[in-house]
Amino acid sequence: MSLLHLAIIAPLLYAILVPLFYKSFRQIHTGWFVLPLPIILFAYFFSYISTTRHQAIVMETLNWIPSMGINFTAKVDGLGLLFALLITGIGSLVILYSIYYLSKTKEKLNTFYTYLLLFMGAMLGVVLSDNLIVMYAFWELTSFSSFLLIGYWYQREKSRYGAQKSMIITVFGGLAMLGGIILLHLMTGSFSITEIIAQAHDIVNHSLFIPALLCVLLGAFTKSAQFPFHIWLPDAMEAPTPVSAYLHSATMVKAGIYLVARLTPVFAVDGLWVWLVAGFGIVTLFWGSFSAVKQTDLKSILAFSTVSQLGLIMSLLGVGAAALHFPGVEDNLYIVATTAAVFHLINHATFKGSLFMVAGIVDHETGTRDIRKLGGLMHFMPITFTIAIIGTFSMAGLPPFNGFLSKEMFFTGMLHVLELDLFNFQSVAILFPIIAWIASVFTFIYSMMLVFKTFTGKHQPEKLDKKPHEAPIGMLISPTILASLVIIIFFFSNSLLSENIIEPALAAIFPGLLTEGTGFMVHIDIWHGFKPELFMTLGVIAFGILLYLTYPKWRKIYKLFPDKLALNRLYDGILERAQNGSNRLTNSYMTGSIRSYLVYIFTFFIIILATSLFVKNAFKLDTSKVSSIGIYELLLALFIVIGAISTVFAKTRLASILLLGAVGYMVSLFYVLFRAPDLALTQLVIETVSVALFLVCFYHLPKLRKEDSRVRFKLMNALISVGVGIMVTLIALSAHSNKFFQSISQYYIENTYTEAAGKNMVNVILVDFRGFDTLFEITVLAIASLGIYGMIRLRLTRGDEE
Amino acid sequence: MRSNNNIILETTIKVVLFIIVLFSVYIFFAGHYYPGGGFIGGLMTSGAIVLLLIAYDIKTVATILPVNYRTMTGIGLLFAIGTSAGSLLFNVPFLTHAFGHIEVPVLGEISLHTATLFDLGVYLVVVGVTMTIIQTIGEDE
Repeated sequence: MSLLHLAIIAPLLYAILVPLFYKSFRQIHTGWFVLPLPIILFAYFFSYISTTRHQAIVMETLNWIPSMGINFTAKVDGLGLLFALLITGIGSLVILYSIYYLSKTKEKLNTFYTYLLLFMGAMLGVVLSDNLIVMYAFWELTSFSSFLLIGYWYQREKSRYGAQKSMIITVFGGLAMLGGIILLHLMTGSFSITEIIAQAHDIVNHSLFIPALLCVLLGAFTKSAQFPFHIWLPDAMEAPTPVSAYLHSATMVKAGIYLVARLTPVFAVDGLWVWLVAGFGIVTLFWGSFSAVKQTDLKSILAFSTVSQLGLIMSLLGVGAAALHFPGVEDNLYIVATTAAVFHLINHATFKGSLFMVAGIVDHETGTRDIRKLGGLMHFMPITFTIAIIGTFSMAGLPPFNGFLSKEMFFTGMLHVLELDLFNFQSVAILFPIIAWIASVFTFIYSMMLVFKTFTGKHQPEKLDKKPHEAPIGMLISPTILASLVIIIFFFSNSLLSENIIEPALAAIFPGLLTEGTGFMVHIDIWHGFKPELFMTLGVIAFGILLYLTYPKWRKIYKLFPDKLALNRLYDGILERAQNGSNRLTNSYMTGSIRSYLVYIFTFFIIILATSLFVKNAFKLDTSKVSSIGIYELLLALFIVIGAISTVFAKTRLASILLLGAVGYMVSLFYVLFRAPDLALTQLVIETVSVALFLVCFYHLPKLRKEDSRVRFKLMNALISVGVGIMVTLIALSAHSNKFFQSISQYYIENTYTEAAGKNMVNVILVDFRGFDTLFEITVLAIASLGIYGMIRLRLTRGDEE
Repeated sequence: MRSNNNIILETTIKVVLFIIVLFSVYIFFAGHYYPGGGFIGGLMTSGAIVLLLIAYDIKTVATILPVNYRTMTGIGLLFAIGTSAGSLLFNVPFLTHAFGHIEVPVLGEISLHTATLFDLGVYLVVVGVTMTIIQTIGEDE
């Protein structure tokens, strides 16, 4: 295990300690103990920049299941590093912020930070694993930790609803992705992303290529809240605000983007990938920004805005993927789209992170997030207002903020679609810049609403629960850092980011485009000259202001869209149908009577075994190796038969329990006859204990009744039991008569003493040769006993309450 | 369970109990070379306790043997998993056992085997599980 592996799982390991910190130091906010870890990790990953900027890649492998090609291979390249820095960097700021946001006396901080660290470790695992199966495992872990964090205030019904929704949608996509991964493995024989990329051109005509592509995209789209799967993200806003800022804007929702970027070299060979990624992205961009305008809750606006920005990055990645179809990097028009995607990814994390924190501050200090109740907060919270201005103006794409730069590049990328003459893009190419422009107008509108409806206008103290005042200084540190970055990136984007972060990330997305000695040259211009992009931005500002001022007049268009067709209705409907349907199905056969279950099990048993015995023509009777039957065996068998039959006809339960016990003892005598002392001993003690158990239960069982009325039922039971007996006998006879391979007993006879230093073969098999079986058997036993304990104890306490 | 007030059984149990428990311990240790082992040993110990339960009632037995059988199950599982995972520390696959012999002054040569520790886990789990089930159902009036 290398230091890199340790760094990835460090949050998971550290999570174990969090409850201890919480229990032992109640006076100190648990967040202070957690904070150092992401900072150290950030510094650690920061040191990798010097490696990746020279296009070098660090790979460390830890064998996990080498026989199936599943190994924990950690890979640090430009793309993974960018995400790792985001995860640890934003993570540090969010934890610092949460220390002031979450009260140490009221909240259960131990669970909060445990979940948060769980998420951090999982997310690092996703972006730094080269093995798809390992990545998938971490991927699902991010879904689980997100579920736990959304449901953090589980007393609230909406939290539970949001948590369940996000879980169902993202895990649905995750499972589809697993299918895609397996299909990729079938085509290439490898789980390693690096190796799959190397084979990309060989698999493009494979019949499984398109299904794999669709499955992987389903995983990416659900995770990154792309239309129509975006509906879980607004409901996820029930999570505490630090979580929304961290998971649902800066990191987890970008896992889908990471996946698309990472697998672009594999799938972008096919035009379908470019179409789908760009198309879904641009639709999501529009729909998100359009829906954001009608929201009244600050966090809902931010949620839809995140959806829309994710769509923006996604569409850029889609258009950028076209670059793979043009040689070289010098005059490649489409690289600019991918550059914009990477750049905007960073910018979005900075401005949206700060805006979420602002929303949290407003909520914390006024008690509401409803912009209809808020207003005029500028005078009470001047610092928060400044941060909000910086964040929203950057989001709207105004200078001098970093959003302006990436927005301009976004327009450039979309305009290049016009020149794309691949995959029949010409027919609809004009739609891309148009939709992009319209969506940007809406982005401008909701950005302005976000800041001006909250901070300017008339102050309405009567509608607020608390008297508003500026947030404590600790709560302002993190958003201030992020807001400063928004401006710093605008002025120093080239010296800070281009060479260190963006170029290595591009090299990781397009490994095939680079030839020896070349590199991506990213240069971000603040001033392009009078080009179409600039006029588009000016148009956005002009129309945006106009529409913002006339919003009350045109807001009715939101009522045009019928509620019945809303995607949320569809989701709720499907969920309800599925629940009702499975309830009905389950109730139809789960009668609660153990007799019916035994009937199902044994009928199935007879049908399956009889069919396979018949179909495979497996029955065979070979009497040549049968030893003669002695008098003892005959007597024992006779007693067993008598005992078993009298059990059925016993008048009282006590008698049948004892008779059943007697049959068991006879069977153990058989083991003695066949010289199996271990089995005989075990069977004897088991019989004793189970007879005692029966006697203990005895008091609870109803008296035996004669059931004359249901003769047919009894007849069927008799048939089934006779059938089972016949089947077992036939199989025993055939098993004895067919010898397809050497018995394994010879191996044990030879190796028991030499390999395991034991003389009792049965015991050595139990504890050594087949120790795994024993280990899991005792685990199952323990679970079963706890289950019985829980069932009976729970019933007892419930009885007390009534 | 109800108290039976069976004086013969109660008197006999007092002696027989120790014989059964001792035998179950013997069977547990003998397991590696002769018939026996953790599974049978554990069952036999539970059998002895069950016998005690039949002679006296559950409350009396709980005061004689104040054992939390659920904890016992947990400790047993820890033994089994700990022994299995311990091999990882020596860079050998999970569940690799080690054995050796040592010379003890009075008893002569004694063989030591990590499988015994594993088997001890099995023993504890079996006793814990059986007694948890019987106790829970028995207490449920």
